[in-house]
This record gives sequence, structure tokens and C-alpha cells, in this order.
Amino acid sequence: MPDTNMPGTNGQNGSSTGNGSSGGNGSGRGGEGKLAAVLADAKAVQARAVEELRETVKAPEKTDVWKSILRVKHDETPRSRALGVLSNVFLHLHPAKINRDAVAYNYTWGMGGMTFYVYITLVFTGTLLMFYYHPSKVVAFRDILYLESDVPFGKLLRNMHRWGAHLMVIMVELHMFRVFLTGSYKKPREFNWVVGVLLLVLTLLLSFTGYLLPDDQLGFWAVTVGTNMARATPLLGHDGPFGPQMGMTAFNDVRFGLLGGSIVDSNALLRAYIWHCVAIPIIASLFMIVHFWRVRKDGGISGPAPMMLESEIKEPKKV
Amino acid sequence: MDLHQLWTILSTPDNVPIVLLLFVVPFYTWYGLRQSFANDRLIAELEANPEMAKTHHRKTQPWRPEWTREVHVWPFLLRIEFLAAIIVTIILMVWSITLNAPLEEPANPTLTMNPSKAPWYFLGLQEMLVYFDPWMAGVVMPSLIIIGLMVIPYIDTNPLGNGYYTFKQRKYSILTFIFGFIVLWVTMIVIGTLIRGPGWMWFWPGTTWDHNRLIFEVNRDLPDIFGIHTRVPKIIFGAIVVGLYCVLAAIGIHKLITRTAFKRKIYARMSVLQYTTMQIFLVIMLALPVKILIRLMFRIKYVWVTPWFNI
Repeated sequence: MPDTNMPGTNGQNGSSTGNGSSGGNGSGRGGEGKLAAVLADAKAVQARAVEELRETVKAPEKTDVWKSILRVKHDETPRSRALGVLSNVFLHLHPAKINRDAVAYNYTWGMGGMTFYVYITLVFTGTLLMFYYHPSKVVAFRDILYLESDVPFGKLLRNMHRWGAHLMVIMVELHMFRVFLTGSYKKPREFNWVVGVLLLVLTLLLSFTGYLLPDDQLGFWAVTVGTNMARATPLLGHDGPFGPQMGMTAFNDVRFGLLGGSIVDSNALLRAYIWHCVAIPIIASLFMIVHFWRVRKDGGISGPAPMMLESEIKEPKKV
Repeated sequence: MDLHQLWTILSTPDNVPIVLLLFVVPFYTWYGLRQSFANDRLIAELEANPEMAKTHHRKTQPWRPEWTREVHVWPFLLRIEFLAAIIVTIILMVWSITLNAPLEEPANPTLTMNPSKAPWYFLGLQEMLVYFDPWMAGVVMPSLIIIGLMVIPYIDTNPLGNGYYTFKQRKYSILTFIFGFIVLWVTMIVIGTLIRGPGWMWFWPGTTWDHNRLIFEVNRDLPDIFGIHTRVPKIIFGAIVVGLYCVLAAIGIHKLITRTAFKRKIYARMSVLQYTTMQIFLVIMLALPVKILIRLMFRIKYVWVTPWFNI
């Protein structure tokens, strides 16, 4: 491409050097000739750069950088569409093609996907909140006040985290309801339902551990009520059936382990913080990975499947 | 009628999810069951007409032979996901801009909140504390709920209704789940949030939460009603009554799952272990409404009184 342009630009520069030389004397002519040559080269490079830039803007998908990032062509062929999903790390959890009726909202209600999306928003807002929060009895409450009044968009951030958490609990429950109504837990998806139940429990625990963190009356008494039940654990709580017989006191039972003390205090705040921000998100993420992977491995989304009639039930295999 | 009290309860920021639940759960129940009934009509048609069953695509969704069975994820699914993400973001944004997250006074162990409530999704369990001791309501029941949910796929031997909405083919399991999810879980959350006031007393919506209200209620134990006051007879009597309940409930459940020819067919597919597991979980689940009823109607606190635990 540059070779074809060179003669043209050279010609142009040639005429400009001619104009310049007419005004100069004989002794400077050799130096001026060199200068003119350099200028001519510079102009040639500039013209080349403009030309290249124009082509890049016109067809960015032909550049090496583009190809190195996306790896495949993105024209409107079925093959490209499939590869666009399969060769993308974020999209490759999807199959290339899907049951045409499954994309309609009425079958899935979209609750599983939306739950995951809300979880991502919660991780995002939660990470931002962590910049402004110290899990210590002295400053935790003041940090919330500071967040609400002084941090730009701090109040919005906290509100989004709070309501996002509530939304996630509602969505998880509705997701479970839909999966039950469509019988999607049946063969071969039995185990994925079990993983889903664990994810429901982890969602509730995530929400519950976050409740204490503002260190206000609401969170304090909610967690007091909640963890007081732990003291009544059979065998492992000092108030529970057979607890005292097992040697349980308020200072060694399961509630003590949860709170890091016999009352909801600074240790409980720190423990809630670590469970909420580090431990449970990691555990939940691991289960989510398994959950999504199993959806694919168990044959993708369950339906809408063709209906089976009563007369078509096969005899169960004898063990 | 104290409308202000009602508004105070409904507009408490943390109660807004319950108000949302009150609309969303009935809507999706209707939305799912409507598709179930539509499918059931088609199933009835196909069962009456075997010729049609051979060629029909067996869905209520429209279908033409020239259509492909599958569509590309890009763009047909991804555009919906993208749209859903935008809509959820907008909902969350608007909700967060219009309503502030609650923040009360700094935590103060010397000043008890009345009523002091757990987060809303645990209020069903807190409501259960009225009817059972904490070890039962707070530890055993939640564990059983979790394990009970996990065993569902392993005890449901009905091969029908896999991957499509139907009511007729799975009447028993769907009614059981709706009973557990809506009647027990959601209703008890709603009661715990909207109806339980100071002292965890029952205030109908619209009545004032009176902090000085007293209820003169004498809760009795079942053995006392029958004039049994000494320890050992109480233990034996309680064990007999609880055992009797278990046997009666199990017989009732057995009658229910072997009522029709179809149900007997599904029952025949169950192994002894599957059947026993199902019976145990259902008998315990049914114990909750039974205990609620005898508590609210006869003011009976415990049925089985022992020195170690009370039920």
C-alpha cells in the first residue's frame, strides 16, 4: 500500500522544493536540498499515517490487534455466531444454540440469570462499600454515617447494596419455585437441585451476616435474636436439649463459636464482616460455578420439553 | 381502624420486600399454574387421540415443520439477558433513589427493641418460636427444611412433568410444595412482619400497636388437661400422644398417595427407603400446622413434657 502512494507524494513535494530553491543562493542550495528531502519524507510519512488511520477506522476488524483480541471473524454466518459465543470466556457457559421456546420469558421467568446479575451488582457495590468501612465497634456506626452524608453517592451505594440483597433473596425463592413447578429437578438434574438448595442457604447467610455490619439497633437485635437460637442447639448449645449434659456453657458452645464471645460484641462484628465479605462469597461463588457448569452438563436448560403421557411411563429398572 | 399504624408498618423500609412479596408470589403462582392448565388441556387432548399424539410436537407453543428446533444464543438469548440486566439495574436504581436503607440508633445492648425482629426472611422461623421451643424452631426445623428440600428429587419417583409445566400429572407434589412454600413459609413471614407487634403479640392489620397491652392467657400442657401431674406419667403420656400423631399422620399420608390408580402406580415405583424418607419429612412438616392449631385454638403449649426437652 505505501509503495503505490509514494510516487504521488514525491511529485507534490518536488514542486514545493522548486519554489523554495528559487529564493535561496548557490552556497545554501545543498543544505536546503537536504532539508527539502527530509520535509518531503515527513510529509510522505504523514500521508501514509493518515491513509492507514483511515483504513483502520473504516475496517477495524482487519487489524492485527482486533484479530488478536476476538480471535474469530464476526460476519453474519451461523458459524461466526456460534463461535462468538463459544470462544468468549464470559459467554461460553451458554451453548451455541438453544431450544427455541426456552428463550421466551414465560418458561424460565429469567430468575436464575437475574439472581446472578444481582449477585454481581452486590459484589461490585459491596467492594466499594468496603473502602469506607472498618469492622470495629468504635467506628463501624460512624463509618455508615460518614458514608451516608459525606461520601459522594455513598447513600445510593448503601441503598443499592441493601435492596439488592433483598431482591436477591426474593429472586432465589422464585427461581426455586419455577424449577419445582416445571419439574426441572428430575432426572438428570437431581444433584443440581441440591447445589441450588445450598446456594439458597448461602444467600440467606450472606444477607444475615451483612445485617449486623451497620452496628445499629436493628442489626444488633436481629442478630441477637438469630444467634440466641444457636444456644438452644441440641447437644451443642448450652440451653438446648442434652446440651448441659454434654458440658456446654455459654463460653464453649456453638453460639460462642459463631459470635467469638458470649454476647454480640466487637468479635461478633469482625466475624460477621469476614464471613460476609470473604468467606461466604468465595464459597457461594464456588457453588455457583458448579451450579452453572452442571446446567450445561445435565443437558442445558430443562425445557420446555415435549410433554410425556401417562401411557408412556416405562417400567423402572430393577436394581 | 388505625390507618397510620398500618402505613407505618407497610412503609418501614425493611418491610417493603414483604409488600413486594405479597404481589410477586401470587403473580408468579398464577403465571406458572396458568401454563400448567394450558398444558393439561393439551395432555387431555393427546390422551384422547393417540393418532394426534404420534405426530404432535407436544408443546402449547406454536410450531411449524419448517422452523428450526433451536435458535442461536447470539443474538436471541443474549439480547434478552442484556435487556433483563438493564431492567433490573433500573429497578434497583429507582428503588435505591426513592427509598433509604434503614439505619437506627447505634447498637445498645441495654436497650431492647420491642418488637425485636430478625430479618424478614427469617421471620417465619421466629414466628415458629411461638409454637415450638427454640431448639426445635431455630435449629431442628430449619435443618429439616434444608435437608427436606435436598431430598425432593430423590423421593419423587413420578417420571412425568420433567421440563414442562403441568398440574394434573404432578398434583400431589405441586400441592405439597405450594403448601410448604406459600402456606407455611410465605404466610408465616407475612404474619411475622405485618401482624406481630410489641411483645410478639397478635395485632390485626389496622389495629394500634399498644405497648401496654396485656393478654391474660394461660397456656397449658396437654398432660395437665388430662390430670397427669407427675413426671414419669407425663413423659409416657406425651410419648404416646406424639407417637399416635405420627402413626395417624403417616396413615393419612399413605391414604392420600394411594388414592387413585395413577398415584398407586407412582407409589409402586418407590423403594422402601424413599417411602420412609418421604413419610418422615411429611409427618414433621404436617406437625407444624397441627401445633399451630392446637396452640391457637386450645392454648396448649406442650404436648410432650420431659426434663430434657419439651415438644
